[in-house]
Amino acid sequence: MTAALGATPTIVLVGHGMVGQRFLEALAERGLTATHRVVVLCEEPRPAYDRVALTSYFSGKTPEDLSMTDMEFIKDHGIELYVGDPAVSVDREARQVTAESGQVFGYDVLVLATGSYPFVPPVPNKDATGCFVYRTIEDLLAIEEYAKTKATTGAVVGGGLLGLEAAGALKGLGVETHIVEFAPRLMPVQVDEGGGAALLRTIEDMGLSVHTGVGTQEIVTGADGAVSGMKLSDGSELATDMVVFSAGVRPRDQLARDCGLTVGERGGITVDEQCRTVADPHVFAIGECAQAVDGRVYGLVAPGYEQAETAAATIAADEASFVGADLSTKLKLLGVDVASFGDAHGTAEDCLDVVYSDSRSGLYKKLVIGRDGTLLGGILVGDAEAYGTLKAFTGSVPPVSPESLVLPAGAGESAQLGPTALPDDAIICSCNNVRKGTIREAVTEHKCTTVPEVKKCTKAGTTCGSCVKVLGQLVTAELEASGVEVDKGLCGCFGQTREELYEIVLALRITSYQDLLDRYGREGARGGDGCEVCKPAVASIIASLAPTIGANGYVLDGEQASLQDTNDHFLANLQKNGSYSVVPRIPGGEIAPEKLIVIGEIARDFGLYTKITGGQRIDMFGARVEQLPLIWARLVDAGFESGHAYGKSLRTVKSCVGQTWCRYGVQDSVRMAIDLELRYRGLRSPHKLKSAVSGCARECAEAQSKDFGVIATSNGWNLYVAGNGGATPRHADLLAQDLSDAELIRLIDRFLMFYIRTADRLERTSTWLERIPGGLDHVRDVVVHDSLGICEELERLMSAHVANYRDEWSETINDPEKLARFVSFVNAPDTPDPVVGFVPERDQIKPDLPLLSIGMRPAEDTADVLEGTAQR
Amino acid sequence: MTLAPETTDLKVQLRLTDDWFTVCDLHLLLPGRGVAALLPDGNQVAVFRDRKGRLYAIDNRDPFTGAAVLSRGLIGTHQDRPFVASPLLKQRFDLLSGQCLDDESVRVATYEVRAA
Repeated sequence: MTAALGATPTIVLVGHGMVGQRFLEALAERGLTATHRVVVLCEEPRPAYDRVALTSYFSGKTPEDLSMTDMEFIKDHGIELYVGDPAVSVDREARQVTAESGQVFGYDVLVLATGSYPFVPPVPNKDATGCFVYRTIEDLLAIEEYAKTKATTGAVVGGGLLGLEAAGALKGLGVETHIVEFAPRLMPVQVDEGGGAALLRTIEDMGLSVHTGVGTQEIVTGADGAVSGMKLSDGSELATDMVVFSAGVRPRDQLARDCGLTVGERGGITVDEQCRTVADPHVFAIGECAQAVDGRVYGLVAPGYEQAETAAATIAADEASFVGADLSTKLKLLGVDVASFGDAHGTAEDCLDVVYSDSRSGLYKKLVIGRDGTLLGGILVGDAEAYGTLKAFTGSVPPVSPESLVLPAGAGESAQLGPTALPDDAIICSCNNVRKGTIREAVTEHKCTTVPEVKKCTKAGTTCGSCVKVLGQLVTAELEASGVEVDKGLCGCFGQTREELYEIVLALRITSYQDLLDRYGREGARGGDGCEVCKPAVASIIASLAPTIGANGYVLDGEQASLQDTNDHFLANLQKNGSYSVVPRIPGGEIAPEKLIVIGEIARDFGLYTKITGGQRIDMFGARVEQLPLIWARLVDAGFESGHAYGKSLRTVKSCVGQTWCRYGVQDSVRMAIDLELRYRGLRSPHKLKSAVSGCARECAEAQSKDFGVIATSNGWNLYVAGNGGATPRHADLLAQDLSDAELIRLIDRFLMFYIRTADRLERTSTWLERIPGGLDHVRDVVVHDSLGICEELERLMSAHVANYRDEWSETINDPEKLARFVSFVNAPDTPDPVVGFVPERDQIKPDLPLLSIGMRPAEDTADVLEGTAQR
Repeated sequence: MTLAPETTDLKVQLRLTDDWFTVCDLHLLLPGRGVAALLPDGNQVAVFRDRKGRLYAIDNRDPFTGAAVLSRGLIGTHQDRPFVASPLLKQRFDLLSGQCLDDESVRVATYEVRAA
């Protein structure tokens, strides 16, 4: 033994992944870091990071963001962490571990948390250039590098959870992506046939090609030895430039095997209920490398955490055991919600299914119910909103009928079963095993009043975050129940909601923000400078109501100028390096060649990057602040107006070519789109507004994903409202059918003004409609049947807006005082900002990011990484 | 309100080691907004004026993104202390101390500023 008798006992941890890190935290919480020497051997070149969120790297997270290791924590607890130095052998006789560097550590307790390795099927050429696995940040960087330089097509082997993650990554890199899955459906472990079909449909709609029921037989290589394709078991060949193997993982138990520890038949170090190896009481195994006492190897993080806690407790001589865990999961894969919980596949005897399936919108929900009505488990694809509630009810008879729990909102029968209906012992956060009762106590006993406080106090919601929404509802309910008034105010300056402020401004004709703040702000905020939340919100209310209350609607006038977000202040969109983008209005997406040429000339003359937007117009990027007036002088001269791409206001009204050209068109959709865009241009609203007009039911303009969308019928127009694309897509609801031109416009006038009046700040029409009491029916009552008697006023407000519209940019370039603000430096107007620089990419420019990182925090260790990751 | 004639010619000045460096005329600062100024050493400063006419000056570079944009943020008052919110990712910075209010480990430089 290396440790002399009487010396501090030593714990050696092999592996520093998520479970290893949790183990260290558990040691510290139990005071073991103070009484023990703790040595950690970590193979990867960086300490523990969030492997579950690996794919978020492709949506902008840096490796730094993914880190789970607080170096202060490591230092404060005197933990010796050796990064990039894996353990290579264990001598159980002498109780010592040898690391790759040659260092030898004696131990009293050895904890193996070596995780797992990706399984690569033994096919010919599996190691060729262009073959990858998807497990670590290093794998990811290698895939990114190869995809950017050498690949236009990629194939992922494996259509399970990890495979879809990897496919999402490839897609994010702009590679044409194929998924090859041996089983007859995607995610065969988590979902059944119906769920697989819903998933397939949604994923194919995203442009990914899915091949199920076929195996990979051989990787085909070109003359250079790199991947050129793969042979499949059905005899076909798939051309691809790269292959990512993501066909499951296997426990990394080689170190354990080499030192004679027992492993399971299919791998995994066998451990007892205390996570102690069955062969050696001095050795523990936790996480994906361990085979638990129930014979399973758990590949999820939550059971791993539980094992880490169990091992730490056992070392501290406390009682703890791990006998098995629930495999419930909720994930967002490629933007699709997928959840399964309890007995998802209905293996219990005599159980029954309740299924709701709508493959058109990619929805599939199944509940497994016992004979006595007990909820046993279920599968949710496309909408897993109810996961938290359903999972907590698993094992009990829910208080409402099961079918009402799977029907979508608005389908009549659906029951909104809030988390308040849950029993106290229902698990809300399964990652950290937090019960509802614990969360309630955090509010009642520990005086927590906000979600962040409750998260800190209970650890709920700190791992995968999928329960945070339920957490918020519970905290609010608990506060309300205990008589604490829940602050629904706009911000720290105003106790009123946006809707209440709107009513105050309208009723009292208040035209000044300072006036509103000093008279109606919170006690401590009066007389102050407000904040960045209420200033633009109040500015928007005043601008929406300007003609009616007698304010100047021009957003750069007087006090209004000081309230606007930078985008509105410079009438352009701020980009990451401090430059701006410029979007002239192109109503309905219709543009004459002469005007197209002007845009081209301007972009060329100012060296701007141009891109066609999703809203059928052209965005020009890379303008310096001092160039904006020069660019707009030429645009205005050519007849262009501001496109308000910078404002919380109407963006575009897209259209298809309609009846004029299309053989299917039944109405003139382009004309209607132009009319609508010109009518509502410049209208300030709680959030941006998007619209579209389709000339027939084929819906080429995608009107049903817009805040207000119009679809032509042979009898007129159908109006859809409250649709959304983006992160939380929502199909628009039909508000009224077969409207004439005049009826359509009148209804949209009312709808928009009612929304502007009652929505919260930054609340899109889709969330607004879901939130307001009565939902679609209420809105229809108000704007179609005039149940509140306000339609005349709504129409009057809109016609005042239409009559008073002026183009912000032509007004600005004619005002020398306003133009004086468009300089980089007040004391050196002709000197451009030196950190706004550009480098070439694909015949255009892109921001010179290394230029920005000079002086960034912390400059030394992130510079390399940032350069490689920031531009996607 | 009319400004007294003698105040209209006031200059905004920053203290740089020993000397006062003149940035611009005071009237160019709109209450509630900032401007960017270039220093002789190439550094950039964001200068703000609040509704009561008080002046503040901090480094113009947003430490979270590297872009020189803090002068384009909106200012406000939180618990009686003035702050600016970065226009890019909205972190708040105390205008008197330069301390980032969302991240204890981040602080930007501040400058002494006066109207003279």
